Amino acid sequence: MMRDVAIIGIGLTKFGELWDKSFRNLIAEAGSKALLDSGISGSELDALYVGSMSTGRFIGQEHVGALVADWSGFAHMHIPAIRVESACASGGLAVRQGYFSVASGMNDIVVVGGVEKMTDVVGDEATDTLATGLDQEWEAFFGATFPGLYAMIATRHMHDYGTTREQLAKVAVKNHANGALNPYAQFKRAIPLEKVLCSPMTAYPLGMLDCSPVSDGAAAIVLCAADKAKKYTDKPVKILGTGQASDTLSLHGRDNICTFESTVFAGKNAYKQAKLTPNDIDVAEVHDCFTIAEILAIEDLGFVKKGEGGKAIDDKITTLDGKIPINPSGGLKAKGHPVGATGVAQIAEIVMQLRGEAGDRQIKDAKIGLTHNVGAVGASCVVHILEGM
Amino acid sequence: MTDGAVPRFWREIPQRYNLIGNQCGSCNKVYFPPRESCPYCRRKSMGKMKNLKLKGQGEVLTYTIIYNAPEHFEGQTPYAMAIIKLDEGPKVTAQIVDCDLDKIKIGMRVQSTFRKIQEDGYIGAIYYGYKFKSVEVK
Amino acid sequence: MKDVGIVSYGAHIPRLRIKSLDIAHAWGKDPETITGGLGVFEKSVPSPDQDVATISVEAARAALLRTNIDPQDIGAVYVGSESHPYAVKPTGTIVGEAIGATPLLKVADYEFACKAGTAAIQTCMALVKAEMVRYGIAIGADTSQAAPGDALEYAASAGGAAFIIGRENVIANINETCSFTTDTPDFWRREGRKYPAHGGRFTGTPAYFRHIMSNAQNLMEMANTKPEDYNFAVFHQPNGKFPVRVAKMLGFTPEQVKQGLLCPIIGNTYSGSSMLGLASVLDIAKPGNRIFVASYGSGAGSDAFDITVTDVMNKLPRGKAPLVSELIENKQYIDYSTYTKYRDLLYED
Repeated sequence: MMRDVAIIGIGLTKFGELWDKSFRNLIAEAGSKALLDSGISGSELDALYVGSMSTGRFIGQEHVGALVADWSGFAHMHIPAIRVESACASGGLAVRQGYFSVASGMNDIVVVGGVEKMTDVVGDEATDTLATGLDQEWEAFFGATFPGLYAMIATRHMHDYGTTREQLAKVAVKNHANGALNPYAQFKRAIPLEKVLCSPMTAYPLGMLDCSPVSDGAAAIVLCAADKAKKYTDKPVKILGTGQASDTLSLHGRDNICTFESTVFAGKNAYKQAKLTPNDIDVAEVHDCFTIAEILAIEDLGFVKKGEGGKAIDDKITTLDGKIPINPSGGLKAKGHPVGATGVAQIAEIVMQLRGEAGDRQIKDAKIGLTHNVGAVGASCVVHILEGM
Repeated sequence: MTDGAVPRFWREIPQRYNLIGNQCGSCNKVYFPPRESCPYCRRKSMGKMKNLKLKGQGEVLTYTIIYNAPEHFEGQTPYAMAIIKLDEGPKVTAQIVDCDLDKIKIGMRVQSTFRKIQEDGYIGAIYYGYKFKSVEVK
Repeated sequence: MKDVGIVSYGAHIPRLRIKSLDIAHAWGKDPETITGGLGVFEKSVPSPDQDVATISVEAARAALLRTNIDPQDIGAVYVGSESHPYAVKPTGTIVGEAIGATPLLKVADYEFACKAGTAAIQTCMALVKAEMVRYGIAIGADTSQAAPGDALEYAASAGGAAFIIGRENVIANINETCSFTTDTPDFWRREGRKYPAHGGRFTGTPAYFRHIMSNAQNLMEMANTKPEDYNFAVFHQPNGKFPVRVAKMLGFTPEQVKQGLLCPIIGNTYSGSSMLGLASVLDIAKPGNRIFVASYGSGAGSDAFDITVTDVMNKLPRGKAPLVSELIENKQYIDYSTYTKYRDLLYED
């Protein structure tokens, strides 16, 4: 029988082009902040999990578990350190692995980090590295790009449901408006619709401002058996449900290009475990690596019907004061997307919202929140549902 | 993704040059690229997967025009990529060539053609494979 | 030699075109002088994803589309070109694989300036005649190079044609063939260099005209024919003027030359030149038609062929693959700056 797991601490670095911070600086900073926030001393830790996508290409370094344990100051404790990879869903998946280890009773307290240092490479290296999450032999080899594949989803979504470029652009406008209120965000400024629509084309129909940026950053959380959580903090946040699902590595391998079945299944499993429905969610951080991705996410998570994601943006139901606020942090689009950090940072944002500590972007009366972290073009997905205790 | 290492490209030549897929001997579903076993029939398909040369004809399910391309494709921008549903069932991601970019539409009939896909700089090997063109163009 | 001939044929011409006028403007030349002097109005340009291997594959596949030949019955592939994508690593292996003719296959790449393709036809004829192969495919294709600003730039284009040579279901008998070869350095490209060099006006009288004239006369003597016996005459066409002039010198009429004369609208496809001309003629030829072909390759030599179209031509589904005229009509113009990018002219030799 699994036991309940709570989040007792969170830590975030600023996201952005952090020229003076190394990979190890970043994760150590986020980890220290999380420990500090949790009220534990550090010696209580049973294990460490870290999500990162491609340290081998970004910084020429593998063996990341040991590196993070060492530079976070746990080498002398010899605790197990596990690196988790699932492309852009690496962070969310690390949280899920940490959750299992505590829920199973094997560990009482673990720290879960997520980190990516993406600006130590130049030119196309960052985007080429992200593209390793695609099917290298049957997509990337032929000239498909990350934005290109999401653009193909957008083309088909526009064809099937009448979604417009304006609706896509409004996702970016909303998330930048939210990001402007987030001190950790890479882009702390609102942008007008016109600017998004006129941004240079990356992959039709997606312009540059439909795409999330290349970012450095790290996030960390401390997980604890729920029955022991109050020992360390007044405001623990319980993980009510976790879901993970996979799909064909290539986009073309799927029957329906306009839906991520991985999101649908991960969502269903998380809702089922939490005994909740989409209507019960007060706030969500979803994987908006491209504007079309947020539209897909709110449909596939059941917040709106399939095909009505674009209309939802027009109707403003996903804004901070809307029916289901989406990406109060600014999302990947404005907060930044250091890939391995993203899934953990989403959890941190929801924890802030449920604790009522989200400042200017605080969602009123947020009790239950959801995070949605996607690997590449939907070949993997992790969903978590959280509730303040 | 190149660097002078040719085996990973060489071993895919039958698929990339001639669209050799395979078919499950149990349920007749067609796969491209070929699979070890049928994901639906599993053990019933073991040893019953038969190679099948696909005709290279199909229709555009969706498309994009790439403006920001990886290094190997930079000289070709803007270029069109599409997901094509082949008549035998499998879908592939490939470029659409020899076509005005504003003529590309969902549902457009296409057929495969043989093109240079990548080259490993000025010194390394050249990799060929399929792209697609409108069937209205012979 | 009547038992050996063409069983099928296929052509490929890249879709991109540049007008001579645009090249002339780029170099500050008077376009009238250029088009008037060379007789070339526009030329085909390979896109960045096309090279001699892709053009050869397209042409060979087009030839096979018009037949029911099992590719495994093809015993030889010879590709003639002076712009093989690799200096070492045969184009023919790529073609053989792409048409499904490997692995029991004789392959070699040929180079003899613009006549490597016709040399490949002769090789295939010999192999078929010696019963060493059932069918052989002879290809002539080029994505010919020209240094920026050189006079060659107005004509050097891209395209190719493939001929399946055999003795069964022959659509056109090759009655006779002969060659005329000397050491005449009128045009060359040194090993490792990107662009060719040439002897200017020396490429005319002692080179093109002498070799084609001598060889054509030898062929007609062997075949016991006169120019008026032919329905069509195809010559190598480095520009729009030379083939017309050599035809006249030999006693052919402009009518006989017209169908095979493509250089004015697609440029000089080098190893593809006389081969595409022949393909264009076969697109409309009727049983009983007699065709004269004389290629020319700098360096220098000429291959000539006396061809008679058979009744089998009526059964060849020519429409199953693109006709040369269709390939010519399907075009997209590019400007000179796009041309320099696509042809990689921005990098130094």
